[in-house]
This record gives sequence, structure tokens and C-alpha cells, in this order.
Amino acid sequence: MSSKASQKKKIGVIGAGSFGTAVANILAQKEEVILYARNVDLVEKINNTRWHKDAAIHPNITGTSDLSYIASQCEILFPVIPSSAFREVMKQLAPYLRPYHILIHGTKGLDISTADGNSTDSSKILTRDNVRTMSEVIRDESVVIRVGCLAGPNLARELTDHQPAATVIASHFNEVIELGQKYLRNDRFQVYGNSDLIGIELAGVLKNIIAIAAGALSGLGLGENAKGLLISRGMIETIYLGRALGGKTESFLGLAGVGDLVTTCNSSLSRNFTVGFRLAKGEPLEDIISSMDEVAEGVNTVKIVHKLARQYKVKALITQTLHRVLFEGMSVKDGLQYLMKYPLNVDIAFLKNLQ
Amino acid sequence: MGQQAEKTKKKVGKGHYKPIIKRSKYWPVVQLSKHRKEFIEEVVEESIKRIKQLRPSKKELLEELEVIHYREKMRIRGNPWRVDPPDDLAFWNDIKAKLLDISTNKENAVSVEDLLRLIITRYANEVAGNFKPNKYRFVRSMVKFGLRRLLNASRVGGIFAIFKSDYYLTDKIQLFGEMEHIRKLGKKGTLVMVPTHFSNLDSVLIGWIIHVLGLPPFIYGAGLNLFNIKIFAYFMNSVGAYKVDRRKKNLLYLETLKMYSHRALIKGAHSLFFPGGTRSRSGHVEKTLKRGLLGTTIEAQRSLLLDKGPQDRKIFIVPVVINYHFVLEAPTLINDYLRKTGQERFYKEQDEYSTSYRIVKFLLSFFTKNSNISVSLGRPLDIVGNYVNEKGESLDKNNNILQIADYFTTQGEITEDQQREEEYTRMLCDRIISEYKRINRVFASHLVAFVAFRYWRSKFPQLDLYNFLRLPEDDLNIPYHVFVEEFEKTRQKVITLKNQGKLDMAEHMFAEPDEIIRLGLDNLGQYHVNKPLFLQKDLILTKSLTTLYYYHNRMDGYEL
Repeated sequence: MSSKASQKKKIGVIGAGSFGTAVANILAQKEEVILYARNVDLVEKINNTRWHKDAAIHPNITGTSDLSYIASQCEILFPVIPSSAFREVMKQLAPYLRPYHILIHGTKGLDISTADGNSTDSSKILTRDNVRTMSEVIRDESVVIRVGCLAGPNLARELTDHQPAATVIASHFNEVIELGQKYLRNDRFQVYGNSDLIGIELAGVLKNIIAIAAGALSGLGLGENAKGLLISRGMIETIYLGRALGGKTESFLGLAGVGDLVTTCNSSLSRNFTVGFRLAKGEPLEDIISSMDEVAEGVNTVKIVHKLARQYKVKALITQTLHRVLFEGMSVKDGLQYLMKYPLNVDIAFLKNLQ
Repeated sequence: MGQQAEKTKKKVGKGHYKPIIKRSKYWPVVQLSKHRKEFIEEVVEESIKRIKQLRPSKKELLEELEVIHYREKMRIRGNPWRVDPPDDLAFWNDIKAKLLDISTNKENAVSVEDLLRLIITRYANEVAGNFKPNKYRFVRSMVKFGLRRLLNASRVGGIFAIFKSDYYLTDKIQLFGEMEHIRKLGKKGTLVMVPTHFSNLDSVLIGWIIHVLGLPPFIYGAGLNLFNIKIFAYFMNSVGAYKVDRRKKNLLYLETLKMYSHRALIKGAHSLFFPGGTRSRSGHVEKTLKRGLLGTTIEAQRSLLLDKGPQDRKIFIVPVVINYHFVLEAPTLINDYLRKTGQERFYKEQDEYSTSYRIVKFLLSFFTKNSNISVSLGRPLDIVGNYVNEKGESLDKNNNILQIADYFTTQGEITEDQQREEEYTRMLCDRIISEYKRINRVFASHLVAFVAFRYWRSKFPQLDLYNFLRLPEDDLNIPYHVFVEEFEKTRQKVITLKNQGKLDMAEHMFAEPDEIIRLGLDNLGQYHVNKPLFLQKDLILTKSLTTLYYYHNRMDGYEL
């Protein structure tokens, strides 16, 4: 049994990256928050300097590097960790989790679990079974059932600066959405609910691909016409991919889909955008990645989704072209040429099959 | 039978398990019927509460009642049954009059709540079973005695010598799985058996299995249509069946029915649901389940936790798969299925069980000829689908103990949340379906049907299923040596799946291929007028492609 309600429960955030820290700061406006970071020195720094990721740490936040502590103190946890580390952290956290825990993650990436090990590169074929969204990883690794995700145009910098914004909480459980709204919502932050958990997760994941492409266009010095073209085609590609992987069309048309897409494709604050931008400027991918402070999820997503698209016979021109640019030595310019020459003449065809 | 490979150590043999509760007056189902009146009142009051939650305003409630009245009238006119009470029409005419009084604001009009109570009370009385231990014992011995008489009268042969001893049924019906485990849990909590459903024989069969296991009788929802047939009606009435009328799909009826199950579970009455709803029409092992009654297990578990705390009796789900070589109703079921899926015009459905005479005739051929049945009892689950150990504790994937109360707890408190429970019900359905797949026992007959059908189907890829099924059977054959090869390939895959724990397989499947195929052909739908599959001069032939399709479907959905 869980402990009695009389003792006020705190909210946990797992991962002290820029988005995790921003989420913790929002939550801290209402509740006591525990912020987990693996690195003990970092925790020390957060607790002492009250300054992290170019932002003040709210007085209600306490840092910790103890997973058992955060799980015992908090029944609602927000994991915000890069997808590459997500499963590992869940494995470490799982022994302390109980079915009364509620997990709402904010990670826009995919996890690969093939029978023969964990490499995207080595396995030729990927199926939906091998590719897991973060909510599925939580379900795989722990006893927690009440799972949700955060998605939407939430650039950490803007959140930290208290600019108006909104997010989507998706879950199969109304209570998860309601609790998320209760703790996150404030007069500068609106929170919408959606029951299509997988669709919303995928919307957040897939938009990163288009964000890299948008950065590349920008890096080539192209104008707004080109960007409009990319966003529109990108949205259609996202919808086809998303549906093939188990999401609903509607989810890609909302805040977490189009909303996030437009934001990320226009923003130099986005990491994925930056990757594309610097690629177009001629920097090699390895240099870009190694010089970045935090992970750009889109790079790995391109790799995974490229294989999935082939497996499920989804036409994903932008993803395929980006794959060539990122991993097969094609130049950004040639990639653009290829896309522009590709014979396509139907603007939108998916709405017909909507329901 | 005896000489065939089906013999196994796990078999029940002559000895039944000892009853877990010796004195019938302590059986939950007896307690329930002893306090039948109070119990029905409880169901009525709780149902009214629920309906008022669902239809909070008087206006909504009245509208609902108008619709129900209209539909009930339609039913009485359009689809009357022998079991329907004679005053059905009078009752609903009276309701109509009362509704009119309310809507015209007559002085002496009854309140909407009283009207609601009137209807729900009628429904609850209709649904409620009436278990009598003496009658139960009598029916049990009558069935046993009757069948034996039939056997003796029908044929005397050396082969039936084995039936001379007690409980010959155990030689026909084999039990596999977690018998002891289930018996232990039967003492600790409330069992809910959820079997697959292929034949009308299933309910009788499961009733008998429950008896063999030494468990007190279960209550279960039997289709009211079965009560049209006298022999079934007598049997059902005496074994704790409550009645489910599939014609009544209105809110009041469904909520009353669910509440009946819910309250009975709380009172510790072991229950039986066929979660597929009806017999599998296509021959597939259930792929979707009805959530209504299954959901009551979750609601009841939550009620127990809320009202009595985590120390109280838990509810355990036991998936059961019944394997037949032969389903009497197969030809009509599959025709029904194909007609419903739309593409083919078949003759009108008729129920093989339409008369008592036909049932006796069927039972006679069933028990005098060789056709084994196996019943696989799955590992018991809790109501969210975790396995439980012998102490009744829920286990996670790493065998750590879980508290069931935690699933209903938010921020330190156990709460009632209908939407959450709907979601849990969906999960439980998925879980039961995957357990079905895992404990399903492959028989030789299933596999010959699967291999032959797939072989022929692959020869006509250009035809859609329905056109394919209309092919003249005479045009289809498989040279025996080709069939053996195909069969062996598929059998090897089945063995691989078995080793991975993805399905189960009868012992006879380890014999020589020729032997297995012969066994399969002999047993596959052996009493159908048109044999689905047979061997003639080195050719495998069929006389009914649709029936073959039915038996093939059982193996569908595995990676074969």
C-alpha cells in the first residue's frame, strides 16, 4: 500500500536537461519538486548555486541523484531523458516503482530493442515491435500502467522566460491528463488533453525529422516559400508515417503535430534545426554532434524511421533524402535537387481516408 | 483412444479432486440463493444508483425509459420466445400508461424513480438464478447415469470396458494446466473462469470440469435462448446459471445484468463468463472479447478494496481453452459467419440443438465414438492480468509481489474511476487473448485442416476468399506425398513455437507423420455429413471447403 495522503506528496522530474529543468520550474510554481540528475556534482551545483541551464532554480526544487528517494517521495514523475538513455534509466528506476505511480514523459525520441542486441545500424529490418515509443518502454520495464506524455511546441528557453505557451498531455487515462493539467497549468501555460498516446508521441518524434530539413533549407539561405513547401509536405509525410506506426490522423493536426512542427521549423533555438542548419553550412555531422551540449533526437529518428518506412512501404521522401544526406554522403544541395525534381502532383490525399 | 498417444500422466484418471468445501451449505452459490430475495433487492438498489449516475436529470431518464418501452414492445412483437413470461405485453402496456401519466403530470402519477425500480426489479428477477443444492446433485447424477445407460444401450464392445469403472468421462476429456493452483486459489478468493467458446456443449463441459476439480458450483450467465430447450433449461436452472437475454440491449437491462455479476462476485460467488459473448462463428480462437461482464470483475475488485480493505478476498481470472477435434455446429457456424461477412448467400441458419432429441442423439454419437477433448487451464491472473502465485499474490515480470490496491490508488487513496477501469478492462481482454493463444493445444486434426486449406488457398491467389470458397470441391486434391511434406514443414514450426512457449501441443503430435496425419484425418469433423478432409487413393480430398475453412481458422494467427 502507498503511504497515507496526509503527508503532502512531491512531484518528481527525472533528467535535468534544459527541458527537464524548465518543466521542474513550471511544476515548482505549485508544488514541491524533486529534480533527479545522475551526476552527483551537478546535483550539488543545482542545490547550492540555484542556477542551472541559464535559468534560476525555483526555491521549491530540490536536486537529488537517488532514484529510490525520488520514487518514494513522489507518486507523479516526469521523466525527461534522451531516448538513448531512457530504457537504461527506467531499468534502474523500475525496482522502486509501484502500480500507483504515474509517469508522464517528455522525450521526443524512439527506442530500439531488437532480439540480437541494441543496434539500429546492424539490423536490416525493423518492425513496429522492435521500435518502442517511450511510453511503451515504461510499460516494458516497469509495473506502471498509468502513463502519459508531454508534447507540443515547448522550447525550453521560452518556457524558462515565462513566455506564453501550451502543451498536450496524452494518456489513455483521464486521471493522468487531469493530474498533469492540475500541476502544470498556470496563467502562462495552457495544457490540452488527448487520448491518443501513441499518436501524440509519434507527432513529437517525427516532427524532429522535418526540423532538420527546415534547418538545412535555412542554412542554404532559402526563403519562406521553400519553408512553406517543406512544412506542408513534411506534415503529410509525418501523417502517413504516424498512421503506419499506430497513431491517429487527428493527433498530427493539433498542437503536438502542426503546432510543434511550425515552431521547430522556424526556430534557431531548436537543436534539430541547428543540426540541419550547420550541415547546410558544410560542417560534417560528427563535428556538429560532438560540439552540441544536448542530444538532437532527430538524427537517430531519421535512421530508425528510414528503415520503418521501407518495411511498411510508406513513401517518406524527406526522411529518405535526409538519410542520404546524413549517412550516405549526399550533399544538402543535391538532396534538395532530388526533392524538387521528384514527380509529385497530388497535394493532399489523406483526408479522404480520415475515418 | 486408449492406444493413441493422447495418454498422459497429467490426466485426471478415475479419481476426481476432493471438494475444496465439503458441505454444500457453505458454497457461495448456496449462500447466494438462500438469501436470494435480499440479494435481488441489493442488485436493484445498486442498479438504480448507477442508472441515476449515468442519467442524472429526470428528462434524460424519461427519454431513456420511453426508448426502452418502445424497444421492448418491438421485441415482444418481432421476436417472441417460448421462455418469455406470459404477462410481458401487459407489463409494458402498464409501463406505457405510467409514462403517459408522468408526462401529462397526472395527480396520481408514480415517480420516475418508482418506475425505474419497477422495471429493474423485473429485470433483476429475470436475470437471477435459482440454485438448489439437491437439484444440483440430482442433475449431476442424472447426467452421469443417463449417459452411461445410453452407452450400454447403444453398443457393447470390448473397447468400452474402460467405461465400466466410475467416471468414464475422464477418459474422454483431458485436463491440462494449473489444477492444484486453481484449487488453492478457490479457497483464498473468488475464481472467474473465462473459457473459449466453440460449441453449445461448452457450458455442460465446463460445469463438469468444475465438479471434477472439486470446486463448488460456479454461477454463470447462460444465453436465455438455451432456456427455450427444456433439457438445457432444467440443467441450467439447477447449476447456478443466471440468464442473459441478448435481445435486450437497453441500458437498464445491461446495467442490471452487470450489477448482478458485480454483487455476486463481491459475495464470493465463483463465476464463469464466456468472454467471446457467443460461440466463435469463424472457428478462430477468440480475437476480441466482450468487455461488459469482464469489466465487472474489475469493478468488484475495486469495491472489495474500497469497502473491506486489501486484506479481503481477491478475484482471480482463469483463462481456459477447450480443444475439440470436432464441433457439431461447425457447418452452420461458418455459414453464419460467411453470410454475416457479407459476400455469400447461404441457406437459413438452423440450430442443431433445436430439440432435446437431437441433443441426445449427438451425445450418443459423441460418447460412443472416439473423439477426445482437452481442456487447458491457464495460469490464474489478477484482474489487471498479472500472474498470481499459489498464495494469491500478484507478481510482476520479475516475480516481485505487487499490491492489487496500488492499481486503484491515486495520491495515496483508493478511488473509483470508471474511465480507468474501462482501460483496465481493455488490458485484461488483451491479456486473456494472449493467454488463449499460449495455452491452445494443437491437435492433429487442427493441423491437417490448416495445412490442406492453406495449400489449396495458395493455388488460387487471384480469387478472393468468398469466390475461393465457392470452388467445386471435386476440383481440389493434394497428392498424399505432397501433403505429408507440407504437413511436416508446418509441424516443425509448431514444435518451434511450442519450445518458445507460444502455444501448446498434444502429445500425439510427436508420433510419426503418417500416424499423425491418419489420426488427424480420422478425427477432423468426423460426424459431419460432408467430411472436411479425407484420403482416397493417395489423394487428399474435401467434401466441404467451408467446414475445412472453419477448422483451419483455429490455427490462424500464429507464425506458421
